[in-house]
Amino acid sequence: MQLVCPAGNLPALKAAIEHGADAVYVGFRDQTNARAFPGLNFSEAELREGVQHAHARGRKVYVALNTYPDSARVAHWFAAVDHAAELGADAIIAAEMAVLDYAARTHPQLPRHLSVQGSATTAAALTYMHERFGISRAVLPRVLSIQQVERVCAASPVPLEVFAFGSLCIMVEGRCQLSSYVTGASPNRHGVCSPARFVRWDEAADGSRTVRLNGVLIDRFQEHEPAGYPTVCKGRFDVGGEIFHALEEPTSLNTLELLPRLAQAGVTALKIEGRQRGAAYVGAVARTWRSAIDRYRANPERWQVEPGWQSALAAHAEGHQTTLGPYHRAWH
Amino acid sequence: MQLSLGPTQYFWPRERTLAFYREAVLWPLDRIHLGETVCSKRRELGTRDWIALAEELAASGKQIVLSTLALIEAESELGALRRIVENGRFLVEANDLSAVQYCRQRGIPFVAGPTLNIYNAQALSLLIEDGLRRWVPGVEQGQVLLAELRTAMAALGHAMPEVEVIAWGRLPLAFSARCFTARALDIAKDDCGFRCIEHPDGLPLATREGQRFLRINGIQVQGDEITDLAPEIAELRELGVDALRLYPQHEGMAEVVARFRAALDADTPVARVGASNGYWRAEPGKAGLPLQPA
Repeated sequence: MQLVCPAGNLPALKAAIEHGADAVYVGFRDQTNARAFPGLNFSEAELREGVQHAHARGRKVYVALNTYPDSARVAHWFAAVDHAAELGADAIIAAEMAVLDYAARTHPQLPRHLSVQGSATTAAALTYMHERFGISRAVLPRVLSIQQVERVCAASPVPLEVFAFGSLCIMVEGRCQLSSYVTGASPNRHGVCSPARFVRWDEAADGSRTVRLNGVLIDRFQEHEPAGYPTVCKGRFDVGGEIFHALEEPTSLNTLELLPRLAQAGVTALKIEGRQRGAAYVGAVARTWRSAIDRYRANPERWQVEPGWQSALAAHAEGHQTTLGPYHRAWH
Repeated sequence: MQLSLGPTQYFWPRERTLAFYREAVLWPLDRIHLGETVCSKRRELGTRDWIALAEELAASGKQIVLSTLALIEAESELGALRRIVENGRFLVEANDLSAVQYCRQRGIPFVAGPTLNIYNAQALSLLIEDGLRRWVPGVEQGQVLLAELRTAMAALGHAMPEVEVIAWGRLPLAFSARCFTARALDIAKDDCGFRCIEHPDGLPLATREGQRFLRINGIQVQGDEITDLAPEIAELRELGVDALRLYPQHEGMAEVVARFRAALDADTPVARVGASNGYWRAEPGKAGLPLQPA
């Protein structure tokens, strides 16, 4: 099983590789990828250096081009595919049909991975993408239980990559419009979810804080209460007179204990979320998963979760909490 | 311009559903969508029942379309999807690529539902090659994006398919593996007791300061506001939109349909009854929020 780690900049890419990533995924500094945050991502010169750095160490670089261009902007996404090919990327990760089709026709030798944003949850959908655009790998949305992942793996025409760790999108990726409902900016169209320029924190005299997204109250926190980033899905709301995390708590996905089952199911790669996180996060998470994968490879029968791995991962989790998320039926 | 009744997004008792459609067939509609699009556990009507209802309603001369699930997770759901695709008579609305693939394999034409993520002319053209006959743009697609797409289709030398735009109802914003109704009622999804049937227009979710915000509908999250594009009918016509989609609600749907029919026949724009749809103006989807460039 390959370990695929996020990098929002060159230091993170180097940290991922130093600590054992088999591949790193990156994006350009524009809306062609789903982490289009200010100050993040790679210029062409940086990506060239990153690819050289990775290739010199026998590792791979995947370029995420996984947003949905509208008709007026589609040429910009095509140009990004060209740049990824010219810069020596080992694959592109794309979701949108026009982008995949262009890449397949223009750069047939450049492998195409279906992004999680492509919302493909069945062998039928994966077969469509495989037959139509020649994808050679797909990343599954974070909606399937472990049993469902096993079944899709068995029936899929292409090897599958699954999310192993990081912030948890609880909606079917590619089919969530909560951000644009409030801000007008969406993951699909603009590569952002609940962008920071719409976020406003206010502190009251009693030390409590409120956080709004474009004026809509997402949550309120007592003085010493830990406060997470205000995406709509992780706010506290009133349903039937009760105030709670109606959609999801601020928590991270952590599938470490499922590693043997994912390996046995034939999952080809484990993906770490977090291109928006720094080199320290990437390094620590990569090191932990490298160690867990290597230990499994060396002795699958005797493998067990080490407490040190879990505490290292929890330290980097949202709200310091982790969950098996949708892999575990009880979460649903 | 045609009037189309979208699939019911909520879960109603069997008799209520049947009664609703037996009334709907008498309303001034051109097309009716049937079928479960949100949760496969909702089985007051099974696949066979929906197809039987389609047969019954088709006698009215209205076009009947069988709509399908937006999120498919289990083998059993794929089996049901296959039976719908192979119904042999009625057009199918594909809300997931699984349905597109089944139609494409069998050479069967289909309607592309709003969750298929078609954002540009190239993607639309590719799906037309696969058998797309009508397109329901996703909720983020507004006036400018549709106009640009139309221009781009012409530049590619491709004809536009029929376009049906969501003109009335709560916008479907997100889908999850998690059932938010079960979560709100503190019950397990696998043992949910189908309690969403108690909320025939969804479960309101408000902010902590009481501002109405979203609707919980099983695994689906909707905007709370009932959006209304009736005042924009002239713009929709100018864009060449062929049909308006009205999403069913538990009460007062006959009046909604009658109002849209009158609005289509009127010479002057009608007043807004529901909420404005921000997406249509390239603003935040929720009405009245400030606009910043995305």
